[in-house]
Amino acid sequence: MSAENKDVDKETLRKKLPITYDKKTQLPLWRDVRTLTLNYTISVGKIFPFFEKLAEGKILAIKCKHCGELYFPPQVDCPKCRKSEVDWIELSGEGELETYTLIKIKPQSFSHYDDYVIAIGRLKEGVRVLAWLRVDDISKIHIGMKIKLVVSERLPESYLVYEFVPAEE
Amino acid sequence: MIPLRNVAIVGVGHSKFGRRVDTSLPELTWEAIKEALNDAGISQEDIEFVSLGNIGVWSSEVSPGAAILEYSGLIPKEFIRVETACSSGSAAVKAAYMAIASGSADIAMALGAEKMNEVDTPRGVEILARIGNYFWEFENFGPTFVGYYAFFATAYMHKYGATEEDLAKIAVKNHYYASFNPKAHFPKKITIEDAMGSPYIAWPLKLYDCSPISDGAAAVIFASEKIAKKLTDSPVWIRAIEGATATSNHSKRENFLSIPSTRIAAEKAYKRAGIDRNNPVKHIDVVEVHDCFTIAEIIAYEDLGFVRKGEGYKLAREEQTYIGGLIPVNLSGGLKAKGHPIGATGVSMIVELTKQLQQRVEKERQAPIEHGTALAHNVGGTGHYVFVTILSLSKP
Repeated sequence: MSAENKDVDKETLRKKLPITYDKKTQLPLWRDVRTLTLNYTISVGKIFPFFEKLAEGKILAIKCKHCGELYFPPQVDCPKCRKSEVDWIELSGEGELETYTLIKIKPQSFSHYDDYVIAIGRLKEGVRVLAWLRVDDISKIHIGMKIKLVVSERLPESYLVYEFVPAEE
Repeated sequence: MIPLRNVAIVGVGHSKFGRRVDTSLPELTWEAIKEALNDAGISQEDIEFVSLGNIGVWSSEVSPGAAILEYSGLIPKEFIRVETACSSGSAAVKAAYMAIASGSADIAMALGAEKMNEVDTPRGVEILARIGNYFWEFENFGPTFVGYYAFFATAYMHKYGATEEDLAKIAVKNHYYASFNPKAHFPKKITIEDAMGSPYIAWPLKLYDCSPISDGAAAVIFASEKIAKKLTDSPVWIRAIEGATATSNHSKRENFLSIPSTRIAAEKAYKRAGIDRNNPVKHIDVVEVHDCFTIAEIIAYEDLGFVRKGEGYKLAREEQTYIGGLIPVNLSGGLKAKGHPIGATGVSMIVELTKQLQQRVEKERQAPIEHGTALAHNVGGTGHYVFVTILSLSKP
């Protein structure tokens, strides 16, 4: 039996049935013996400059060469113009806090992090960004406060992301 | 343009919502199908088209349609499964409605079914959270669905001065009505103190601001006017079912005070049903709104035009959405207390409102029916997809 079956009791195992009993109702549940682990590969070839510049500490958006529309998250196709000629623009990172929350109950794949604040900030270029806001005390946060979007290293995975930091004391 | 045919509801069915570890997904769905067939007085043979609202992922059957149809004796009926997040049930209703309205079928059935408890709660939370924009929101920042609605709660409370206690009053109301609904996940009353004392899940939203992870199924049978006349003396008519969408990325929303897709869907539905958009409550007896989180119900009051922008929390504070108030809302117990088996919710709303209009619900939660009109508001995500449906005892 696989690791998934560790809650199957000995008596049921003796009968060679992968049955577990629900803790609340004692009803029998078949403990699936086929485990599926999903981990996706996501295509980023068209927006790869975004990630290359992240390594240089820069956060980029896309501007349509025809209509001037600014896109963040970056997208290389302008659905308004139906054209794909775009410029990569470096964002200032300067913005204001529009709304936020403190995540106490986390998704399983985020359970190894301390509680985190997720914010939506409006940058002076006009685009909004969703990212963590790095603060030690949630009571110091208020809507409308100045914040700055910066590149940072996410630990313990050690990969580059962007996050907000307070821009005022 | 070929005019749409009139579409009547001729039968409804609903499983008990809850943590249904006693049933498989086909067994659970059959509970609703059987009840609907009995209610309509027809057999599986009579049904020409079946639609299903279901997201799955938390349940083992990857393509559950055929398994449900086989278990329920509905093979070889035509079938489609639809997905619009938490409004998948309304999408199934729209599909079945269109099958009749277009003339493609004379009898069609919309199903909604979800078995969320085939995975544990942390995995369930994870799958739900991935309904937002996966790559730009979830992958690096791990919002939960409570977290997304907390964006709205934070901004709304800051702007209009609503309090956490105003939100709690929604939970108290919906639990109150659920206590009279034997099919509710949590058929029990709670107090303001219970709600205010519950732990934060995603500040400022607490456990009692949240709908539960539920299993459940619902079924509605639709018929053309000619067939409906043969089946029932008291059909309920679909006067409008209209949808709209909003951006996947929350960073692209205009603000966190309103769900724009609710406003658009409501406007379209009011127009089609001939309801005054400036004062819809004067036409409507009873409403089910999408209260996946308490703040969502308050914002819905405003986006549906029951009150002006920024005044929704006052309806909660003044208890204006109980029976006898301005407009009774979520007399089923709502998603909050009736439960929220994602794909089933939109179909469940139509079951509830059909029975409300026919005055067939438990007397403690029966709305007075004067205009013979009811409204269902079903949101997928945080407005990524919205459907507003108007039901009526009078034919269009």
